[in-house]
Amino acid sequence: MKIRIGLGSCGIAAGGRKIKSKFEEIFKEKNIDIEIISTGCIGMCYYEPLVDIIDDNGTYTYANVTQSMVEEIVDEHILKGCPIEKYIVSTDKKPYPQLKKQVRIVLRNCGIINPEKIEDYIASGGYTALKKVLMEMTPQEVIEEVKISGLRGRGGAGFPTWFKWNAARASKGDEKYIVCNADEGDPGAFMDRSVIEGDPHSLIEGMIIAAYAIGAHNGFVYVRAEYPLAIERLNLAIEQAKDNNLLGKNILNSGFDFELKIKMGAGAFVCGEETALIASLEGERGMPRLKPPFPAQSGFFGKPTNINNVETYANVPWILKNGGAEFAKYGTEKSKGTKVFALAGKIKRGGLIEVPMGMTLREVIYDIGGGIKNDKEFKAVQMGGPSGGCIPKELLDTPVDYESINKTGAIMGSGGMIVMDETTCMVDITRFFLDFTCKESCGKCIYCRIGTKRMLEILNKITQGNGTLEDIEMLEELCYSVKDGSLCGLGQTAPNPALTTLKYFKDEYIAHIKDKKCPAGQCKSLISYKINAEKCVGCTMCSKQCPVNAIHGERKQTHIIDQDKCIKCGNCIKICKFNAIYTE
Amino acid sequence: MGCSCDKKLALNFDDKNVDLSLMEPILKKYEGQSASLISILQETQGLYGYLPLSALNLIAERTGNKRAKIYGIATFYAQFRLNPTGKYIILQCQGTACHVNGSEEVSRAICEELNIKPGETTEDGIFTLEDVACLGCCSLAPVMMINGEAYGNLTPDSARKIIREIYEKERRGNSDEN
Repeated sequence: MKIRIGLGSCGIAAGGRKIKSKFEEIFKEKNIDIEIISTGCIGMCYYEPLVDIIDDNGTYTYANVTQSMVEEIVDEHILKGCPIEKYIVSTDKKPYPQLKKQVRIVLRNCGIINPEKIEDYIASGGYTALKKVLMEMTPQEVIEEVKISGLRGRGGAGFPTWFKWNAARASKGDEKYIVCNADEGDPGAFMDRSVIEGDPHSLIEGMIIAAYAIGAHNGFVYVRAEYPLAIERLNLAIEQAKDNNLLGKNILNSGFDFELKIKMGAGAFVCGEETALIASLEGERGMPRLKPPFPAQSGFFGKPTNINNVETYANVPWILKNGGAEFAKYGTEKSKGTKVFALAGKIKRGGLIEVPMGMTLREVIYDIGGGIKNDKEFKAVQMGGPSGGCIPKELLDTPVDYESINKTGAIMGSGGMIVMDETTCMVDITRFFLDFTCKESCGKCIYCRIGTKRMLEILNKITQGNGTLEDIEMLEELCYSVKDGSLCGLGQTAPNPALTTLKYFKDEYIAHIKDKKCPAGQCKSLISYKINAEKCVGCTMCSKQCPVNAIHGERKQTHIIDQDKCIKCGNCIKICKFNAIYTE
Repeated sequence: MGCSCDKKLALNFDDKNVDLSLMEPILKKYEGQSASLISILQETQGLYGYLPLSALNLIAERTGNKRAKIYGIATFYAQFRLNPTGKYIILQCQGTACHVNGSEEVSRAICEELNIKPGETTEDGIFTLEDVACLGCCSLAPVMMINGEAYGNLTPDSARKIIREIYEKERRGNSDEN
């Protein structure tokens, strides 16, 4: 018998470590000798803390485990062998319904193996692809295999991976570099974090294979400093790989040398851009430069450099092990394989998922994600973070592949998928993203630096109820100017949230401007709290809770909100048990 | 030297009693290595909890860079701080998922509770409050992280409670010492 406990960042935040020590405590007390394995995130973040009990009959998964449940699980399941049905969400015979539609290539080991043990990774078939590559294949054959797989960059732009590798290989010079972009800066995205936390060796193996393909002997993983656990586990994995002759000199006696180092990012969204990332690696301010020359020709200190993101590299060992053609069986004509998404926002089952390309957004959100929280009305899904856009209800049947998503005005992005319901204001969310890009603009290009600021000012004006119809025109004009006038991806895509919401939700902008109303009831300046006289029973709860004494009324009589005093904090609406308070 | 900007800059920062000799191992470790400025700054911040101006000047001198360049890098990246922080650093996530799930109200409650704005430190030096773009725990939104530990599914009330508990712990810790 074995126990697995999910200890990714999400598991820990939900209290996973306490659950683990509770098990240890009870085991010590009762003299039980069972191995407890810490794993990364399986992706069911809404079920954390998750505990798997693996006995002779298979795997049983317990969800939302509490301290008192631990005692029950030990007594009933572990000691008496009776699984506790009411706490179990998944077994081998009846797996999570939402797992059925998923295909796990990148996440093949996440939540299953112990990320802190290289033996676990090797036992699950890890580093066999590397052996095959180093012993049996030429670099050109490796690139050819990746070409057959149709793998495209998973960082967002979707550039064919083999093409980049080939360009870096073809570049002259014997000093070349391989870089992994793990500066996952998109707010609302956590795919890379989960992969590094849950299966760091798949990234390392992918990078060694890429290094062999292009002829590089040095590599860097550029990780966000905000991911302390990922850095810790990656560090450990690199040390273990060195001890096993998988990194360093003469790897597996093949004669191939490769060193891998971690560089911590210091918190700048723009460093997700290739040339800015290189500047940051060199210890400078992360400011992008004009391309060409591309990093494949002139990258880190002017040497040919190949940059891919975490998910791209994590696909590589699987592709080399199972063959490019096997990978290409999944997906659509132009977008092969699978894509990992971080489902979050107003969704029932938020977490990390991996689906074959070409699945529709509806299937992802409803069949896998379980639909909208509290069964509210779906309004939009935001893809691609601050560089992406909002896709409306009418386009829910759009297949998830690079071309189809681009057509909507959003982008595939690195995989953040934020679901929004009727209570999310689309003007406010646009303002939110512009606020982000405005702060994160490095300031090099005037349109990006000042244009985003002017756009933000307009959006602030509209959400405060002071907008005019001319503002919409100006906003649109600025969108195109910022797109055209910016050097790098940050500025070129910063207007996307505004452009897509103007395209699909213009009526919301107009409601803010003409009717001075926020249809989602979110923009504080445009709503007022009122009391429904028929529902109010005069319990006085709301007037007691009001921080500014704006609610008056005698006990058992209808209360009234003084609109001049009301600061719109929303306390009353939350406290009212009779749903008597509404916004207008 | 002798430029008046130096004096003006120095006035803006709390920079007393910094023992610069502590930096020797860091400077030695990266001696002669190009591309190491960010790492040096990160380790220096690890040492003092922030980047003292005198430390920045020392880095400039020893790495052969202009002070303006070091200051430029230190102010470009969000991770670097030029002022001392409190004992507990609260990072409030401002990511999309947190925003959609009501982080603004949580943030307002925290500011009220501590009586400071993001970027500031409480007078007793216990808490520093900072906004961060995304902590990557989106399915637990809204989230905050206090000294590396993440707290999820926050409400204004639960956030206040967490802060009060830490305050309580601090107070008890102090009276134990007495």
